[in-house]
Amino acid sequence: MSVTMRFGPYGGRYVPETVIGALDELTAAFERYRDEPEFLGELGELLGHYVGRPTPIYRARRLEEAWDLSSELWLKREDLCHTGAHKINNALGQVLLAQRMGKQRIIAETGAGQHGVATATASALLGLECRVYMGRTDMHRQRLNVIRMRMLGAEVMPVDSGSGTLKDATSEAIRDWVTNVEHTHYIIGSAVGPAPYPEIVAHFQSIIGIESRAQMLDEVGVLPGTVVACVGGGSNAIGIFRGFLDDPDVALVGVEAGGEGLGGLHGASLAKGSPGVLHGSFSYLLQDPDGQVAEAHSVSAGLDYPGVGPEHSHLRDLGRVTYSNATDEAALSAFLECSRREGLIPALETSHALAYVRDSAATLAGPVLVCLSGRGDKDVDQAGAALGIDASA
Amino acid sequence: MSIRLAPRWALTPVPESGAERLARTFRDADRPLFVPYVMGGYPDLESSARHAAILAEHADIIELGIPFSDPLADGPTIQAAGQVALDAGVRPWDVLAIAEGLKGGPPVVVMTYFNTVIAHGASDFLGRAADAGVAGIIIPDLPVDEAGDIRTAARASGVALIALAAPTTDDARMQEIGEQSEGFVYLVAVTGVTGGEMTMDDRLRSLVDRARRHIPVPVVVGFGVRTPEQAREIGDIADGVVIASEIIRRIGDAPDPAAADAMVEQFGAGISAALRA
Ligand SMILES: Cc1ncc(COP(=O)(O)O)c(C=O)c1O
Repeated sequence: MSVTMRFGPYGGRYVPETVIGALDELTAAFERYRDEPEFLGELGELLGHYVGRPTPIYRARRLEEAWDLSSELWLKREDLCHTGAHKINNALGQVLLAQRMGKQRIIAETGAGQHGVATATASALLGLECRVYMGRTDMHRQRLNVIRMRMLGAEVMPVDSGSGTLKDATSEAIRDWVTNVEHTHYIIGSAVGPAPYPEIVAHFQSIIGIESRAQMLDEVGVLPGTVVACVGGGSNAIGIFRGFLDDPDVALVGVEAGGEGLGGLHGASLAKGSPGVLHGSFSYLLQDPDGQVAEAHSVSAGLDYPGVGPEHSHLRDLGRVTYSNATDEAALSAFLECSRREGLIPALETSHALAYVRDSAATLAGPVLVCLSGRGDKDVDQAGAALGIDASA
Repeated sequence: MSIRLAPRWALTPVPESGAERLARTFRDADRPLFVPYVMGGYPDLESSARHAAILAEHADIIELGIPFSDPLADGPTIQAAGQVALDAGVRPWDVLAIAEGLKGGPPVVVMTYFNTVIAHGASDFLGRAADAGVAGIIIPDLPVDEAGDIRTAARASGVALIALAAPTTDDARMQEIGEQSEGFVYLVAVTGVTGGEMTMDDRLRSLVDRARRHIPVPVVVGFGVRTPEQAREIGDIADGVVIASEIIRRIGDAPDPAAADAMVEQFGAGISAALRA
């Protein structure tokens, strides 16, 4: 089986010539190891005993009640993954590929810091050198994860260009890769970037959807009516959606960052963007008429990105997935409600998906399955400040 | 009495394409070409137009940068220069106007990223470039295998689509790049982004040698060339030399516009002399 390089017209490899050879090498390695028993054995062992997979699905009865849902609400508990989010599924898969390609050095970009922590963790586990690029704005708002990465032995490189967020960190990581490509593997953290990255990331995240589908059938007895996930670059969303793409009766909803509202600053590339090229792939993008990439905004660092993965662009055009959005304010209130009603502090990213469910309750076919992509420990400073909750005596 | 009309093709010859113009430029020079880079709109539009005009006196080809928000192949110097231009509201058309002002001088090639080219439609963009007299275009995030549609649009507008090759490009790909590229091939001297520093060593020598063996069109080397000595060393083995970040760095360091102009003049003359020596 070959590796998908384009999703409809979207995707491709719009990168400097210098890294084309490395992309070819990565494509070949992925093709060779994807289904190889030894690779699968090693990855499966780690996912089972190190990450804690399969993650359960959990019925959120107190949110059903609070939000007056007419159907059941199930949460796929990626927040229970080691390191606290789905990002580890991809980081481990890619670090095992890097090892097989003989790369000694790992680099990554990170927004919320979850991908950075996952990559630092996987690198520590395999004894590889690790450097993570992170926008300075994000280093402030996701401080806890900066400390975790440093404790794990990774070097965190602040990025000051642009607005000091995920887009800028990704550009810097790509420049590092262009410079050190001979001995470095770049572990991109979402289903974005030049081919074959969107396919590789989606593949390693598709475990979320594979498990969820089987769990719904086993434990609930039916497929979900609606599957909801937040979309930054789109890795947790594509991971869970892939389990249900061939089930035409399952509605799929991706929730982008509505920021201040779509009239102001936001991160809703699929709602408000147009196709263009950023970070190596052709996909929906927030840009001005001359193609200059716009700055995104979201309260959540992980959704604060002007682009989106190419497979989502294709699914949008096909109409197979509906893309909606939730504002900062809606996400913050959902964050608090989920914490207080369920005892689950969700990541601010994930809170966007929850806010969508709350605010669209009446129209959703049930049961509703939400990808609880990560836990919110990293967000307590920022959400606390916004919600007026602190640690004063 | 009968009037003999000259055939129409003799009255209005097909205009020379950008690729032909570039080919002629290489053919006519019996020495390595000097290709300085100017970022359109840095430090401001007028200054960059002036710097380009000054360099045109010494250069064989002018490379004119159109700023892009996320230049993946550029190091901090060119990134920052492009950002200055964008912050001042410089648009692609402003930079094409600089090219237009250079008509009659050495051929101009523009350097910009793929999203800038497709934002208004590639045919539109390339048509406007051709109207401004632009001979070629370099798109560092458009590898040859993705260039299909753009190549067609570029051919139609008579703008040469100049491909890049890198130290990590293998022989078979060098061959392909050589076959696809028009005008010349831009050979990246270092594994990395712009703004570093090259060293003339066996590795670079064998890279240039390998490129010239596989690439039928002229090979111009850039990325990390800073001094007249380095330009001469490259000139000894390649068909041309691009100098970019070093010029921008010096413009940035100049205390005032007059000093920047004088520096550009002196630097351009120095490189040109080194390549003629
Ligand atoms: C918990 C969590 N969810 C979602 C995201 C958004 O990324 P993606 O769209 O790739 O899932 C992030 C990104 O940092 C995250 O940390």
